[in-house]
This record gives sequence, structure tokens and C-alpha cells, in this order.
Amino acid sequence: MMTETPRLELIDVHKSFGPKVVLNGLNLSLARGESVVVIGGSGTGKSVMLKCILGLLHPEQGRILIDGEDTVALRGAERERILTKFGMLFQSAALFDSLTVWENVAFGLIEGAGMEREAARAIAIDKLAKVGLGEDMAEADPAGLSGGMRKRVGLARAIATEPDIIFFDEPTTGLDPIMGDVINNLITECVRDLGATTLTISHDMSSARTIADRVAMLYGGQIIWAGGVDEIDHCGNDFVDQFIHGREEGPFALEVT
Amino acid sequence: MNNPLAAVGRIFLSFLATVGRLSMFTGRSLSAVVTLPFYWRLCLQQMMTIGYYSLPVVGMTALFTGAVLALQIYLGSARFGAESAVPNIVVVGLTRELGPVLAGLMLGGRVGAAIAAELGTMKVTEQLDALITLQTNPFRYLVVPRLVAATVTTPILVLIADIIGVMGGYLVGIHRLDFNSAVYLKNTYDFLEAMDVTSGLVKAAVFGFLIALMGCYHGFNSKGGAQGVGRATTDAVVSSLILILISNYFVTEAFFSQ
Repeated sequence: MMTETPRLELIDVHKSFGPKVVLNGLNLSLARGESVVVIGGSGTGKSVMLKCILGLLHPEQGRILIDGEDTVALRGAERERILTKFGMLFQSAALFDSLTVWENVAFGLIEGAGMEREAARAIAIDKLAKVGLGEDMAEADPAGLSGGMRKRVGLARAIATEPDIIFFDEPTTGLDPIMGDVINNLITECVRDLGATTLTISHDMSSARTIADRVAMLYGGQIIWAGGVDEIDHCGNDFVDQFIHGREEGPFALEVT
Repeated sequence: MNNPLAAVGRIFLSFLATVGRLSMFTGRSLSAVVTLPFYWRLCLQQMMTIGYYSLPVVGMTALFTGAVLALQIYLGSARFGAESAVPNIVVVGLTRELGPVLAGLMLGGRVGAAIAAELGTMKVTEQLDALITLQTNPFRYLVVPRLVAATVTTPILVLIADIIGVMGGYLVGIHRLDFNSAVYLKNTYDFLEAMDVTSGLVKAAVFGFLIALMGCYHGFNSKGGAQGVGRATTDAVVSSLILILISNYFVTEAFFSQ
């Protein structure tokens, strides 16, 4: 039986900063249309993993396959070609302060895809509507937006080019629980509409349960457990158990002491 | 035990590493200048920010420098009866040296700091990463417009500063030092050579390039939060001012030997 090529696959990825080993043989695979949430404590390398996939950081060892193509060594125009497959919602939304809201959303269309500004503006207005923001917000200055609104604009920007793969970096961090739930639902809706593959990193278990098909736990530079979101409560892994229940006692606490 | 030689070695290695990083950054920036796309709109915006909005501070500096220069040269030259040389020395001093250097130092403070702070903030708030994920090369989008704008507009600013500076000297000359207006202007015009202006404008282009390069380099390499951006801003200003003074000698030397 033929198996489908994973949309995204990390094989034995290593990344260190000086003596500090952050990724130590990381393996992870995402099927087409799958939504995976990677959980783990602060400083365990979740953001480093995303940056390695995007080519913002270069792993010392290992392979990162996107639609079966090894991308670790790609630079310049080849890297830009691969990046057309990606959208990303940054933790801080990372909106460009010098541009208006609609210009932020349309940025990938205008600068990346070379679309005319008027056509890109129409798409940006449509994407803003998808995340619950009206046309009156289009000319707003990002610096004046609340945290929740910034995340929505960031989400609209991430989906504007209708990418195959979308990354969400701590999508609900810094938001109140209601706004966090709004963002989770928007992510779920937008991703369902696009049929995109998504990789989310989060500390927020409520968010993970809403967004994920599958959850993976990163610890010690490796994925120590991965499974369906419905399996997580009885997975039998002490690290996962401690993390999802937010207990002080457990293997994490032993390391601290 | 702290070995003083080891400390010297560490400092030297750190210096070499910085020179290497800066050389690579300069190389990437220059290669981005000659590759498409070129962002004309951003370049024109930067020309307004760097050039037009710097005009008041550069103009004021030039006006009062020209005025003070006329007074000081008058006092000095009066000691050997050469007061009539005031217009000649004012115009040469301004066009060859004081115009470009003082404008460069003012721009280093104003523009270098602004570039480093803006790009540093973009770095620490992940906006540079966002640019890359949106298939936009940060060197072409952010560095090239600033480098080109600063290199092109600084000579224009200096040319205006030269004129304003000469005017400052002229006003002091005729109102305070009792020069005849027509004689002052004739002496200024007759004594000035094309090379005086050209060498000053070449210096200005070099200074503009260095100011933008230092602002971009330190902004791109800022780390941490607000403190990191503050450090990048300070480093950009200090390094651009030092490089202006060093490069000023070498450009002067190059024109001097011709």
C-alpha cells in the first residue's frame, strides 16, 4: 500500500547554541490537513523548532522535509519558493508598525506574490472579515490595537496567501480566556476552510484541546510523547501528565531541585 | 587566575569577529543593492526622513558654524594683517571640511539613532522574522532603501549646508566685521574651486553610507528587549561618529595627494 508523503517531516534534527543543546534528535511528522500542537515548558526549543523549519535558524544535523523535499540547505530564491507554502501567526503578532492594518494583511500578496495593491486590498478586507474585523479597521494603525485585535490581524495575515502550512506560535498567550477562545475558534474555522496543515506551539491546554488533532510533547530536545488529543488525559507519560495538570510535583519539579 | 594576555587576546578576537560580521553584513547589503526588486517608494520615503527632515538641524549647524568661523578667522588673521582672507578661508573651510563633517556628525546622531532604534525594535518584536516568512528579503526591503537614501541625500544636504554656512559667514562679515558685501561675495566666489566642493560632497556620500550602514547593522543585531534596542542605538551612533572621523582623514588624504 502506498503511503502519502507527509506535508512536513522533521528527521533527527539537532540544534545547539554554543554548549546548550536545544534540539537533540527531534522527529516529528505532519500529514496533509493535520493539526498538531506541540506542548512543552519554556525554553524547551519549541520556537527554535519553528525557526529551523522556516530557515530562520539552521540545524547542525538532520533533515526537514516539506512535501518530501529536503529544505535544510535551501537559501535565497529557493528558500523564498518554499516559504510561499507557509503562513505564520507570531506570538506578539509581529505586525509592521509602519503599515496600516490592511497593508499588513496584504503584505505577502503584494511583496511576496507581486499582486496589485487594489486587488490585494480587497483580499485583505475579506480576510479581516473572516477574523471578525470590519472594513473600518483597514486603515487603522497596528500600534493602537488591543492584544486580541493584533492577534486577529496577525491571523488574517497568516491566512491571506492561503498557504499549505500555517504555524501558530503561542496563539492565546497574553489574552483573556474569552478572547483566547475566540482566537482558538477562529483558527479552527480558518484552517478548516483552507484545508491547511497546522503546527501550533502552546502552553495553553485549553487551546491545544480545541485546535489539535494530535498533541506532541517536546522535552530534552526530543518529542517524548505524541498522540491523539483524546488520548492525552490517560497517556501514561509522567511528564505529559504533570504538564497538562500543571502540577508542581513530578519529573519537571525533580529537575528544578 | 586572570591572565592579562588572555584578556587582550579575547578582546582582539572579539574585535576580529565584529569586523568579520560587519564585512559580511556590508557584502550582503551591497549585493542586495544590485539585485531586484528595488523598493522605490520606500527609498523615497527614506529620502524624506533622512534628507528633508534633517534640513533644519543641518541648516542651523551650518549657519552658526559659518558665522563663528568668520569671527574666529578674523581674530586670528588680524594678528598678521590678513583680515581680507576671511571670505576665502570660510568658504574653503566649510566646503572641504566643516560642512560635510558637521553635517555627518549631526546626521549620525539623528539618523543613525533613528534607524538603529526602528530596526532594533523590529528585530526584538519578530518583525524581521515576519518579513522573511512573507518571502521578503529584509536586506532589500529595509537596508537598501536606507543605504541608498542616506548616500544620495547627505551630499545634497551638505551642498545646502555649504551655502547656508557661507551665508552665515557673509552676514557676520558685512554686519559685524565691516566687509563690503560685493567684495565679500566676489572673494568667496573667486577663491572657490570645483575640487573644494567635490571633495566635500564625496565625503558626504561616504558619511551617509556609513551612518545608514551602522544604523542597520546594529539594529539587525540588537538582542533582548528595550535595553538591547537602547544599546544598539548607542552603538550605532558611537560607531558611525568614529567611522566618520576616521574615513574623513582617508578621503581627505586621497584628495590631498591628487
